[in-house]
Amino acid sequence: MSTPQLVTLDFEEPVAEVQRQIDSLEQKPDAATFAEEIATLRQARDNLLEKTYANLSPWQTVRVARHPQRPQTLDYVRMICRDWCELHGDRRYRDDPSIVTGFARIGSMKCLVVGHHKGRSTEERIKCRFGCANPEGYRKALLKMQMAEKFRLPIVTLIDTPGAYPGLDSEERGQAEAIAVNLREMSRLRTPIVCCVIGEGGSGGALGIGVGDRVAMLQYSWYSVISPEGCAAILWKKANEQTNTAAATALALTAEANLRNGLVDAVIPEPHGGAHRNPQATAERLQSWIVDSVRELQRLAPETLVRLRFEKFRAIGSVAH
Amino acid sequence: MAETSWESAGAATTKKSVPDGLWMPCDGCSETLFRKALEANLWVCPRCDHHHRISGRQRVEQLVDPDSFEPMNAKMAPMDPLQFRDLKAYTDRIRDAQRTTGENDGVQTGTGFVKGRKVALGCMDFTFLAGSMGSVIGEKLTRIIEHATDHDLPLVIVSCSGGARMMESGFSLMQMAKTSAALARFDDAGGLFISVLSDPTTGGVTASFAMLGDVILAEPKALIGFAGPRVIRQTIRQELPEGFQTAEFLKDAGFVDRIVHRSQLRSEIGRVIDYAGK
Ligand SMILES: [Zn+2]
Repeated sequence: MSTPQLVTLDFEEPVAEVQRQIDSLEQKPDAATFAEEIATLRQARDNLLEKTYANLSPWQTVRVARHPQRPQTLDYVRMICRDWCELHGDRRYRDDPSIVTGFARIGSMKCLVVGHHKGRSTEERIKCRFGCANPEGYRKALLKMQMAEKFRLPIVTLIDTPGAYPGLDSEERGQAEAIAVNLREMSRLRTPIVCCVIGEGGSGGALGIGVGDRVAMLQYSWYSVISPEGCAAILWKKANEQTNTAAATALALTAEANLRNGLVDAVIPEPHGGAHRNPQATAERLQSWIVDSVRELQRLAPETLVRLRFEKFRAIGSVAH
Repeated sequence: MAETSWESAGAATTKKSVPDGLWMPCDGCSETLFRKALEANLWVCPRCDHHHRISGRQRVEQLVDPDSFEPMNAKMAPMDPLQFRDLKAYTDRIRDAQRTTGENDGVQTGTGFVKGRKVALGCMDFTFLAGSMGSVIGEKLTRIIEHATDHDLPLVIVSCSGGARMMESGFSLMQMAKTSAALARFDDAGGLFISVLSDPTTGGVTASFAMLGDVILAEPKALIGFAGPRVIRQTIRQELPEGFQTAEFLKDAGFVDRIVHRSQLRSEIGRVIDYAGK
């Protein structure tokens, strides 16, 4: 599990400290004589990790969701998709690398995969604007989704964005219009759509590929109308550790809270210590949720599917009459 | 998205769109104006043509034929599904806004006549928590869209909003999907939706129903955008060009059909309805 290059978050420091003790014992020439001690330490480390993750605050969850080693859309594609056939471009302006789309086979199922992509290397991250899509990204997604509908392919979307890109040219090219049209059109696509928030579900930029028949969240992802920092800056007048913590709690942005509030349909549990500690196990759980959900949805007639999808979003709201 | 909007729209200090008193300074040219004269001029400055923000109720009065408005769901009021509290409790914010405005939340919906044509109408109200969209606005707009669908009425929504209502978090976000999905059904039924953008229209409102009009009209110089100017400035680390995110900018960029002076709004809506044969 803990590989030397694993990036440690501040609240994981006690776990890392035990790991360092294990490492130093293991590196001794007479390590074998410490076998019992090492085993005890490993047990202590695992317990500590489990305890830490069982008590994550919402803000700490956001930190895990943003962990630099957390699996991203193209990692899941590598792990769960066979015969990946990426499709580029919106046929209007250009190809936005911060949303990837393509045909794929997941198990025996053919589908279209759509996902935000943040990028791994510094160069790739900059190219992907850290997962903040431009209007052409949303338009590419819609174009491919409409093609999927035509060929009766189910759609799988993986959501992982801090938010849609706020820039000069994204405004000029109609960021708001691009997202709005996706919301309207996804609501009436006559093919199954399953969505999973795999990391960050930042506001309209997330929802822009998030209108589906089934919406899940990975256990340590977040989904909210605004980032905790954005919320803290406005409502608490400043963003710091304390106000970010308060805002993250107030926003009810964790998977568990969103499930409890009826805003998502499922939470996919992550391995101990988060998806980045065991991407493969996470991918397997994601895959079985996708396959099970699509299989269920494929039994429905297209009219029923679209009606139920409408009714699901139609029912969301909390008002007094 | 909301971050923008709220800040740029000055939501932190929710103030009445037009201050009380016999005289008031124009928000555009600072000239001291006689309130009654300004009101008679639809709250447009006779000197500089600045279109002042007006409440949802004032908008309804301006748009529909006298005494023709029949409100719907007027009693619908916000809940506090998350028991949200920042420096102030959301319930206190709601109560204060209700006291100041006399409204239950930030949108008026109902039916009325515009120059003799019956319409389904929604008018957002910036005076109520910056017109931010929570469950009530989402639900009332969805219901008026459904009413328009069921009765084959042309639909007019006048947007005026700082974006999403943070205190309802995910509930607020999902109103974007809900209203947009209702508009898909209205569109399937052949309905005409005229979206009118007034100052300001930002965030989650722009990124949902406001940008989905068959015809999109905007008031002169209205601030219209997805992200707010402050967030964009921070992101790109440079000053924004003059006139960025104004109605005129949006029209040049291809996202607004027409800029319409407030005095012409009724007749413009009327003729679009006629062209669409609704
Ligand atoms: Zn003036």
